[in-house]
Amino acid sequence: MRNLLSGVVVNIKPSGIRKFFDIVSEMNDPEVISLGVGEPDFDTPWHIRDEGIYSLEKGRTFYTSNSGLMELRQEICNYLYRKQGITYDAAHEVLITVGGSEAIDIGLRALINPGDEVLIPQPSYVSYEPCAVLAGARPVIIDLKAENEFRLTAKELEDAITDKTKVLILPFPNNPTGAIMEKEDLEAIAEVVRKHDLIVMSDEIYGELTYKGKHVSVASLPGMKERTILINGFSKAYAMTGWRLGYACGPADIIQQMTKIHQFAIMCAPTTSQYAAVDALKNGDEDIAQMRTAYDQRRRYLLHAFKEMGLECFEPYGAFYVFPSIRQFGMTSDEFASRFLAEEKVAVVPGTAFGDSGEGFLRISYAYSLKNLKVAIGRLERFVQKLREEPS
Amino acid sequence: MNGNAMIYAAQAAEREERMREELLAVIENNSRIDLKELAVLLGAEEIDVVNEIAAMEAEGIICGYHTLINWEKTSIEKVTALIEVRVAPQRGQGFDSVAERIYKYPEVQSVYLISGGFDLMVILEGKTLREVSTFVSEKLSTLDAVLSTATHFILKKYKDHGCEIVQKKEDEREIITP
Ligand SMILES: Cc1ncc(COP(=O)(O)O)c(C=O)c1O
Repeated sequence: MRNLLSGVVVNIKPSGIRKFFDIVSEMNDPEVISLGVGEPDFDTPWHIRDEGIYSLEKGRTFYTSNSGLMELRQEICNYLYRKQGITYDAAHEVLITVGGSEAIDIGLRALINPGDEVLIPQPSYVSYEPCAVLAGARPVIIDLKAENEFRLTAKELEDAITDKTKVLILPFPNNPTGAIMEKEDLEAIAEVVRKHDLIVMSDEIYGELTYKGKHVSVASLPGMKERTILINGFSKAYAMTGWRLGYACGPADIIQQMTKIHQFAIMCAPTTSQYAAVDALKNGDEDIAQMRTAYDQRRRYLLHAFKEMGLECFEPYGAFYVFPSIRQFGMTSDEFASRFLAEEKVAVVPGTAFGDSGEGFLRISYAYSLKNLKVAIGRLERFVQKLREEPS
Repeated sequence: MNGNAMIYAAQAAEREERMREELLAVIENNSRIDLKELAVLLGAEEIDVVNEIAAMEAEGIICGYHTLINWEKTSIEKVTALIEVRVAPQRGQGFDSVAERIYKYPEVQSVYLISGGFDLMVILEGKTLREVSTFVSEKLSTLDAVLSTATHFILKKYKDHGCEIVQKKEDEREIITP
């Protein structure tokens, strides 16, 4: 049979994460400890789970409206007003999705015409580039720099813009670097965005997890709400990855078209999860605060440990990742991660899984108990020592 | 103090309050934590942490450091009872003097004044059921101010001091995720 598969899909290169996952799985060694996950180690707070269970007991097992439960959309609007001072209309400017993941996909599909360019700062989450390609866009990568703490600068943005540029993806707080963009950083970006009439897709899924002041959404800046798709979700802030629930907020005409795709491809986000999420937004602030404190302590622990062992790392203020540099060892990220796994049985993700500009770095997740982190850091110290003693 | 100095002083006080709160939250769950490590977690200087702990010990905020033990896994026999006690409050002293007479017994672990249908909740630990019942019938019930008691023996502990005792959870996450 000829042309069995879509050329576009076949040409998308498999995720670097997947490759590493396969290596670790094949080892099948119970002694392997992983610092490789991108999801919280906490269980979903019990009161949220309880609401999910209650909704099932009540027999709320039907589809919701395509856009999602009105009560949930309203709570999202309350939340965004409370946290960011942004006013959204629950009826027309909010769409409940299957995770932030779906919002990224359908947001791009709703915006892109063939040949449009999408600017993607990297290192960043693995799905932007393939989703842009699947939407028919030409992805244009902006390589973020360690010396800027992996923030996006106005100059870098300006330099990447052509007359085909339509969308800028703004992935902060960032997975994998932990970088954040503070208000001044965003203001400089917003100016360029307005000048060139771009649309911003702002992935703020880690917005609740910042350790230096409160997260600022780009949509809260003057003239930005009308040109921003704000993406958020419940996975990271409320430790709800398996519930598969997120949302997009933005201009009514964009949300309307996204809803159309969502309606045909998905129908609606999981009903049980939507009921649970209402409770998360109403009663979850204290849970977030507790988890954030725990993450912050682990973050400090890791940075301190890196300093002690002479491993260079800028101080990341967001998400639950640190992104140390391993350049001093004269190895690629892949080599370092592979040897670290083989010789010390610790799995970390090479920075290159998140784009070429991640070369020379590792993503280390601190979504693990301090106890686990300590064991892993002990092994890292031993490994680093060994590398230093090797003849070069 | 001028305006700025007052603001700085207020900020310093608030920082100290936050550090106390976070410090207590950490050592409430792990009193054996190394002080150097504790300072790293809190983003503070070790000397400040040491001083803060000493101050809270002196102020009676930190009252002791204990170990949570699952006695069922040892060969040591222990029974714990919760005893509801109704008492007649005494003129000029309320419940305090009765409470004191009860909490002075070393086998009494805790005594709380309670709202609702009875007055004092006494938590008692003994080696055997008999030992506990003897305490209740001979020591507790015979106090003049004690009107009545109701003893509940603990059969199984599921969770104690925020710690789930019956089941330990494995990490069920995939090893590597984006
Ligand atoms: C930056 C970023 N965006 C989006 C997602 C997708 O999350 P979800 O689909 O669970 O909401 C992730 C998950 O790892 C992420 O790291």
